[in-house]
Amino acid sequence: MAEETKKEYWRWPEGTWVSPSIDWKKGTIITTGVDVGSVSSQAVVLVDGELYAFSNTRTGSDSPDSARKALSIAVGETGLTVDNIDYCIGTGYGRVNVPMAQRTITEIACHARGANFMYGPEVRTVMDMGGQDCKAINCDDKGKVLNFMMNDKCAAGTGRGMEVFADLIRVPVWEIGPRSFQVKKEPPMISSTCVVFAKSEVVGLLEKGVPENDIMAAYCAAMAHRIMELLNRLGVHEKFVITGGIAKNEGVVKRLEKELGVKTAEKVWHNPAYKAYPFDTQIAGALGAALFAVAMVSKGKVKSARKK
Amino acid sequence: MIVAGIDIGGKNVHVVILKDGARAAQGAAATGVQKAEASERLYDETLRKAGLKRGEVGRVVATGSAGKRVAFADACIADAAADARGVNRLFPSARTVIDVGAEEGRAIKISSEGKVLDFAINEKCAAGTGTFVEAMAIALEISVEEMATISLKSNKSIPMNAQCAVFGESEVVSLIHQNIEKQDIAKAVHDAIAGRIASVARIVGLEKDIVIIGGMAKNDGFIDSLRKEMAMDIIVPNDPDFVGALGAAEAAAKGVLEEKIAAKVVGQEIVEGEKTS
Amino acid sequence: MKAFYGYKDGSGDWFIIIDSDRCDGCGRCVEACPADALEISEDAVDPLSEKSVARVKEGERKKIRYTCAPCQHGYGDAATPCAAACQPGAISHTESWRQSYTKK
Repeated sequence: MAEETKKEYWRWPEGTWVSPSIDWKKGTIITTGVDVGSVSSQAVVLVDGELYAFSNTRTGSDSPDSARKALSIAVGETGLTVDNIDYCIGTGYGRVNVPMAQRTITEIACHARGANFMYGPEVRTVMDMGGQDCKAINCDDKGKVLNFMMNDKCAAGTGRGMEVFADLIRVPVWEIGPRSFQVKKEPPMISSTCVVFAKSEVVGLLEKGVPENDIMAAYCAAMAHRIMELLNRLGVHEKFVITGGIAKNEGVVKRLEKELGVKTAEKVWHNPAYKAYPFDTQIAGALGAALFAVAMVSKGKVKSARKK
Repeated sequence: MIVAGIDIGGKNVHVVILKDGARAAQGAAATGVQKAEASERLYDETLRKAGLKRGEVGRVVATGSAGKRVAFADACIADAAADARGVNRLFPSARTVIDVGAEEGRAIKISSEGKVLDFAINEKCAAGTGTFVEAMAIALEISVEEMATISLKSNKSIPMNAQCAVFGESEVVSLIHQNIEKQDIAKAVHDAIAGRIASVARIVGLEKDIVIIGGMAKNDGFIDSLRKEMAMDIIVPNDPDFVGALGAAEAAAKGVLEEKIAAKVVGQEIVEGEKTS
Repeated sequence: MKAFYGYKDGSGDWFIIIDSDRCDGCGRCVEACPADALEISEDAVDPLSEKSVARVKEGERKKIRYTCAPCQHGYGDAATPCAAACQPGAISHTESWRQSYTKK
């Protein structure tokens, strides 16, 4: 029986990586963070607080399976199993469904911690947009949350808002950003602030014969505006960084920077030793969770769960 | 004297023609994308039904979110003002009006003379409007009318977490996958939106008699949920979606061309209506 | 640490703001809320802290706009019952969401 593959326009490509220089068997504390989101899941493995492996996969219909899959893909052929892990923390929308986690921590705390590790101690504001939410977080130089706002009530300004649009115009999300700049003149943003009403507005524009790239520009601009309003409500301080899938959509990021008058930090690892490692903004949550785990184990606040 | 009221909403346009105070004819049509054109067509069609021509109409007052777009209207008044006049004509004992349309929901506190004393709006969000129910009906693969009927058969209370039409759609799909009966899901949808509408209504205070108008008032399942949520009786007029246009026609009959409405919260007057000519 | 519970989107904004540095976990706000929307629990956003603080219940968070609506009738400056009950001044809220549509 032939499998029907529905064309998916909104999922960023999956990825995985293992450190070429670390041997986990020589490590003392091995911790993992698993972030099960509504659209994608990530797992990060740290050996003595150093980045060892990570994965970025799609969340399936079963959260526990997605968690297990994310971790097994991250560790790949290394031979590392759940029994070798000292402490595992689950985070994200599906965090209560991470079967191998000893505890859960909200993604707000994890994204701040993860962003601090990835971008460095100068980070003061983190914006994370997940599949079903948008968070604005202010943190200190240790990645501790000072204040935050989360919008998960309304689909506009969340990954879902972009997904609905990508589906409607049938363009994959990794093309929307670049194409949104291939316009003669920056068009006005979509005026409807609600995704449902915006859909009708987009259909109206398509019927009028407005070029697709212009509509993409208008939609990205509207989304950037939503995010800007949330961020300005909380207060944005540099270094300003974006985590989550939206960081990969230049169409939204560039317009957001313009609206805020603040540039996002360059996507490079703060630790110079990591220079050659891939920098995936979507792993920030799982990374933060793994960092909390190593802090708790090394400070003796929790008991190691390692079996082997 | 012959007057006309025209209510151009997010999805539909309604026209009411009064001759010496009595309803001569009324008409409704979808606005589509070209709202002004659809309104003109409906106006002329309704005039024909009443055996009248444009020149015979003394005054036309418009209302609704697109009310300002009709060139043939003499004035445009705020939705809340039109609703208040329309309800007051039908039910002089009414003190609270709830109007839920396709794109907006509002609660209005009115006086015994049909003046707006206070109001609260739910706007720019489909979750508090008829659009929410329509989106859920599509997910359930049934019509809104069917949804209204079957939800009355359910006695389950399933709370919906989503407060958004987009997230709500996923939630409905997930309930379907859990093999929950469609009638129970339909009721859950009506309960959810009734909760939101009731909260907005509580801002202005639930004072009897409470009258509900707008397209959603035709949904018996929603009305049932709302009655239970508010634990109060609600009057549903016949042709509830025409009451805005009726109120605009009333304003035309009384020679009102401008109507200021006040919201208690800031104690300032908001002038939404203005003369178009 | 200031947690903003609520929303800011196209339809307006409304937040209940709880400052966990000032909150002493006394629970007066929990008693005062007519909709039973608050609770005292461990600080979710500072996992290394041992303190119990007030927060909006998880099940109430998304619909806080509607839950708080009845406490917002007819004024601009009067505090909601929860804010009025708080002695350390840890809980506050933003401007009434009705004001967002009257200011054009």
